[in-house]
Amino acid sequence: MRSFKPLILAAVLVSGTAAAQDPIKVGIANDISGPFAALGAEARDGFNLAIKELGGKLGGQPAQFLQTDMGGNPDQARQLVNRYIQRERIDFFTGPIGSNVALAVGPALFAAKVPYLSNNPGPSQFAGKQCNRFWFGQSYQNDAFHESAGKVAADRGYKNMFIMAPDYPAGKDALTGFKRGYKAEVAQELYTKLGQIDYAAELAQLRAAKPDAVYIFLPGGMGINFIKQFVAAGLNQGITLIGPGFSADEDVIQAVGEPMLGMYNTAQWAHDLDNPRNKQFVEAFRKEYGGRYPSVYAAQAYDVIMAIDAAVRQVGGKVDDRDAVVAALAKADFESVRGKFRYGANHYPIQDYYLRVIEKDAEGKITNKLVGKVFDDYQDAYVGECKM
Amino acid sequence: MTSILLVEQLLNGLQFGLMLFLIAAGLTLVFGIMDVMNLAHGSLYMAGAYLAAEAMQHSGSFAASVLLAMLVTGLVAAVLEVALVRKLYQRDHLAQVLATFALILIANDLVKMIWGPAPVMLGLPPALSGPVQLLPELMYPAYRLLIIGVGALAALGLYWFVAHTRAGVLVRAGASNRQMATLMGVRVPLLFLGVFVLGAMLAAAAGALLGPVTAVQTGMGEEILILVLVCIVIGGIGSVRGAFVGALLVGMVDTAGRAFLPMLLREVFPPAMAASLGPTLAAISIYVLMAAVLAFRPAGLFPARG
Repeated sequence: MRSFKPLILAAVLVSGTAAAQDPIKVGIANDISGPFAALGAEARDGFNLAIKELGGKLGGQPAQFLQTDMGGNPDQARQLVNRYIQRERIDFFTGPIGSNVALAVGPALFAAKVPYLSNNPGPSQFAGKQCNRFWFGQSYQNDAFHESAGKVAADRGYKNMFIMAPDYPAGKDALTGFKRGYKAEVAQELYTKLGQIDYAAELAQLRAAKPDAVYIFLPGGMGINFIKQFVAAGLNQGITLIGPGFSADEDVIQAVGEPMLGMYNTAQWAHDLDNPRNKQFVEAFRKEYGGRYPSVYAAQAYDVIMAIDAAVRQVGGKVDDRDAVVAALAKADFESVRGKFRYGANHYPIQDYYLRVIEKDAEGKITNKLVGKVFDDYQDAYVGECKM
Repeated sequence: MTSILLVEQLLNGLQFGLMLFLIAAGLTLVFGIMDVMNLAHGSLYMAGAYLAAEAMQHSGSFAASVLLAMLVTGLVAAVLEVALVRKLYQRDHLAQVLATFALILIANDLVKMIWGPAPVMLGLPPALSGPVQLLPELMYPAYRLLIIGVGALAALGLYWFVAHTRAGVLVRAGASNRQMATLMGVRVPLLFLGVFVLGAMLAAAAGALLGPVTAVQTGMGEEILILVLVCIVIGGIGSVRGAFVGALLVGMVDTAGRAFLPMLLREVFPPAMAASLGPTLAAISIYVLMAAVLAFRPAGLFPARG
């Protein structure tokens, strides 16, 4: 019995040294089931394309990408993240689509000094008072899409403006953001029920008021419902429909089709952005996934993996030095599909925002077309509150 | 607020109510006659929408797609009834809820396996995609008029079936007192199968009809199931007439709540308060209605039993 002790000690020592050669681990918490399944599938495709292009390596070092479904559920995500941190000992984290999950898992990751690069959510909490150096809101800050839409509405001279969102915190944030960009009084601010199916009542009000344009923040199925009904009521003849990029991206286009033509939306990326990295990305994506265009979720996910790759390369593979890793990530010295990219003081991007419109491309496919730029080097409104 | 707006909102409430009725009728009959709480009824509605979308892709004819969706869903429902639901008649409601809830989860994942997680497209038939001039100042979507038409026809058809056919008499007998009906020689297993399939076909029809104006995605059944449950609770379990009245009430109150409540509140309260109170009250208006009805009629407005 006693002779086992030195054996066990030796085994522990050996495994201890063996750990130094462990591959770099990236924990990805996917939304494969749950409310964001469609968007999670897009993100997963973006991740996988990047992983394939890098040959499964990060910065030339062997890497392991752990992808697990947490169904958009904050509790499940928390359990998954705990497992990732304690058992797998991940070096980087990304994946969730929803801001609620990001807020739920962020603190544990920051406490464990694991950098969390966001492939979608950009909650304002992490932009201001609760900012943290291990958070990288690489995609965008939630309000920015709405603020750019507001600016578009103001620039285009839409006077009689209707704005709609569901009656929950993100909806209220969206309309606040829009009003911040619009900088004038909106004619009507409508809050609908979360998960509402039938918008006939609201459409009747729209018909009676005859606004110049209506701005909607209706994520997922709600947006699809509304757009279909809006067009069926013939309201798209006289009223312009504006939305944030996520209400008008490939997943919604696929579900709605022709009625979406002519809808304006704002985003920080468009698949026809004219830079070589983006062209390469879109071509590779279309080749890999049967000719379909990437959505903003796929582009963001792709950028996350590429950013991690660049940072690992810059620290020479020594990812255990978390301070160095954070510094490298903050420098953001990688080629983003968005063109030039840099972070503000709160680790949210200072980037351009564009106006897109839904049109048929040369092949007759319905997709977004880049129309123009809305903001140059736009920074979120919360950076002043961050004391990092 | 103009009278045109009022008329339009009335039509909206009617249309919403009639669609809810199609789904509620099946659910209330199954609950009333077979005493089975079938939570998976919403999944049958979803199946109708997905099947119609698939059929539309291949055939391009909307009417054919709706009929096909109804038939295939009816078939699926028949299989379900024989394989699973039949075993639930003797069990208590909790077991039924658990079993049918499991069906919901299975259905959602099955749909995701076949059609993917993203919502699918079910477009409006081109002939009905625009508005129609009803009154000098009122343009109403042609498609919603179709829904009102079909819903009204279905309501009449069900009324005729339940009140004027022998099968309908058996259905009413079964709803009223199942034991007595069995003792009187009603072939219960066949009756139950028939009711289940009929309910499924109606729900599928509603799914196929609402598909062009809603999102066809996994989980769409659960969203509407909650509203439908409110309808049948208000109307009374087991009675088609109750489902009709309940559905119309819910459709009207929900539409009126969303349309007029914020406006009314703005007259009385300061704008900031009205802006936050309005949508909240509108969202709970149907539940307030349900509570009010239950306070006076605990068994609903037209209960089948007693």
